[in-house]
Amino acid sequence: MKLWGKILTKIGFIVLTLILIAFMNGSLFVGNYEISFEEYLMFLNQLLGLESNLSLEKYEMLQSVIFEIRLPRIIAAVIIGATLSISGAAFQAMFVNPLVSPGILGVLSGASFGAALGMVLGWNWFFINISTFIFGMLAVLLALSISFIYSSAKNMIILVLGGIISSSLFSALLSIVKYTADPYNALPAITYWLMGSLSFSTSTMVWNLSIPMLCGVLILLFFSKYLNALSLGDEEAKALGVDTLKVKIIVIVVATFISALSVILAGIIGWIGLIIPHIARLLFGADNKIILPISALLGAIFLLMVDNASRIIFSFEIPIGIVTAIIGIPIFIMVLKNAKRGF
Amino acid sequence: MLLIDAENISFSYRDNQVLNNVDFQLYKGDVLSLVGQNGCGKTTLLKILLGIYKSKGSVKLLSKEIKEYKHKELAKLISYVPQTHQIPFDYTVFDVVLMGRLAHIGLFSNYSLNDKNIALQCLEKVGISHLKDNIYSQISGGERQLAFIARALTQESKIIFMDEPVTGLDYGNQLKLLKFLKDLAQEGYTFVKTTHYPDHALYASNKVMMLKNGKVLDVGEIDTKLTTKNIKELYDVDVEIISRKNGYKYCIPTI
Repeated sequence: MKLWGKILTKIGFIVLTLILIAFMNGSLFVGNYEISFEEYLMFLNQLLGLESNLSLEKYEMLQSVIFEIRLPRIIAAVIIGATLSISGAAFQAMFVNPLVSPGILGVLSGASFGAALGMVLGWNWFFINISTFIFGMLAVLLALSISFIYSSAKNMIILVLGGIISSSLFSALLSIVKYTADPYNALPAITYWLMGSLSFSTSTMVWNLSIPMLCGVLILLFFSKYLNALSLGDEEAKALGVDTLKVKIIVIVVATFISALSVILAGIIGWIGLIIPHIARLLFGADNKIILPISALLGAIFLLMVDNASRIIFSFEIPIGIVTAIIGIPIFIMVLKNAKRGF
Repeated sequence: MLLIDAENISFSYRDNQVLNNVDFQLYKGDVLSLVGQNGCGKTTLLKILLGIYKSKGSVKLLSKEIKEYKHKELAKLISYVPQTHQIPFDYTVFDVVLMGRLAHIGLFSNYSLNDKNIALQCLEKVGISHLKDNIYSQISGGERQLAFIARALTQESKIIFMDEPVTGLDYGNQLKLLKFLKDLAQEGYTFVKTTHYPDHALYASNKVMMLKNGKVLDVGEIDTKLTTKNIKELYDVDVEIISRKNGYKYCIPTI
C-alpha cells in the first residue's frame, strides 16, 4: 500500500507538472490578438534558429505579443498562484491550524497598505517593495501577538480572529490612504489594482520579482520536513532536534515576503492560499514534503486557469481577485466538511 | 556512568513555583520513575531535563551544560515520548515515526533509504509494523503510544524520557509496555518516566524519585525508597508492599 501510495504521488507530480506546462503553452493563445497553432510552431522554430516561413513583420509581432504581453502574464499567474499556495500550506502546518493563510493572517492587507502608502507618497519601486514587505510582516506579527495575549493554549479560532483584527486594521489604514489619494488618477489605480488583477504586472516587474519569489518557494521547500515536526507542536519538535524558533522565524519571514511580493504584482488575490493546501492534502495526505510542492503546482495551475477562464468567458476583464473569491468560497465550504474529522 | 547531573533546579510558571531546588541524577541503565501527585512538577522536570523549558540552576548532560547543546546534538542523546494527543493533519504512522530521523539529516537532504529502514525496523520492534500506512490520528491511544516509542527508538538516542507512557492503554497493553521497557533497559537504554502507579514503578524501575509540591520528597533505589511511609506521605493513602517469591513487589491499598 505504501508502495502504491508512493507511485501515485510520483504520478501525481508528473501529471500536475505536465498539466501546468500544457496550460502555460495553451495560455499563450488566449487574448485579443489571435495566434494560430501553426504560427506558434513556426515562431518557436524561428526562435530556435530553425527554418520557417514567417515574415519578419509577423515574427516581430508575435515576439512582442508573446514575450511582452502574454508570457509575463502567464509567469505572473503561475508564480503568484504558487507562492500564495505554498505560503498558505507552510502557515497551516506551522501554526497547526488548517484555517490560516496569507490572506487570513493579514499579510495581504498589511502588504497592500504598505504598497498603497508608497505609491501615494511617490516612492520608487524599491522602497515600495520594502514597505509592502514590512507592513505585511507587521500584520502577521499583530495577528500572532493578539492570539498569544488571549490564549496561551493552542487555539485555532483565536489565531483566525487575530488575523481578522489585523486585516481590518490594515484595511482601515488603507482606506485612509485611499481617502487622501488623488481621486482622478491614484485612487482608481489603487482600487483597481487591489481588487487583484494580473493586467498590472508589466514584463520588467514580473522578471524582477519572480526570481526572489522563486527563491522563497525553494527555501520553503527545504524547510518542509521541519514543518512536519512543528505541526506536532513546539515541544515535540524541539525534542526531535528542530530549532523551532529559527525555523518559525525563517518560515514566517519567507512566506510573508513572497506573499507581499505577490501583492505588488497583482494586488490582493485571496482564498488561493487557504483552499489550495486543503485540496492538496485531500489528494496527497498530510506529509508537508509532498504537500508544499503539490500546493505550489496546484496553485499555479488554478490561478492560470482562472485567469484564462475569466478572460475567455467575459468580453471585459474581471479582476482576478474577485473571481478567485467567488470560486474559492464554495470550494472552501465543501472542504470544511472534513474539519471535524481533522485535515 | 553519570549521564545527567542537575543541581538546584527551580522553575516558576507565572507566579506559581512549580519546582524548588530539585537535584537530579541519572546513571546509565537506570529506569527511573518520577512519582507524585498531579501538578507536583513531574512533567515540568522532564521538560527541563529535555532542554525544552529553561530553568534556574544547572543541568549537565555528559558533563556539559544542556544550554550549550545544539538542538540536533541533544536530540541524538535524548528522545521524548510525550503523552498522546490529537494531530489535526492526517499523517501516516510511518510519517510520524520517520520524524525521529530529523536530527540525523541536514537542511538540504531528505530521508535516505537507510533512515526509512531504521524507521521500519523500529516499527517492527514495537510490534506495529502492520499499522505503518494507517492514519496516525485514527489508530487507538495505545497504538499511538507505541508509535511514539518507535519514533524515540528511530531517533537512536540511548536516553528516553516518557511522560505517563501507560496512560490510555488497556490492562494488557500496559503490562506489555512495561515489559518492553525492561527489555530495552537490558539492551542499554536509559529511561526516565513519570507514572501514577507505584506498582508499575516497582515492576519496571530500579530507581524512584518522589516529588511533592515541587520538592524532592525522597530519591534512590526503588526497593528502599518506595515504602509505605513515603507513599502515605505522597498520596495520603495507606498501602501495603508485598514481596512475592519471584522477587517482584506489589503495592496494595489497605482501605
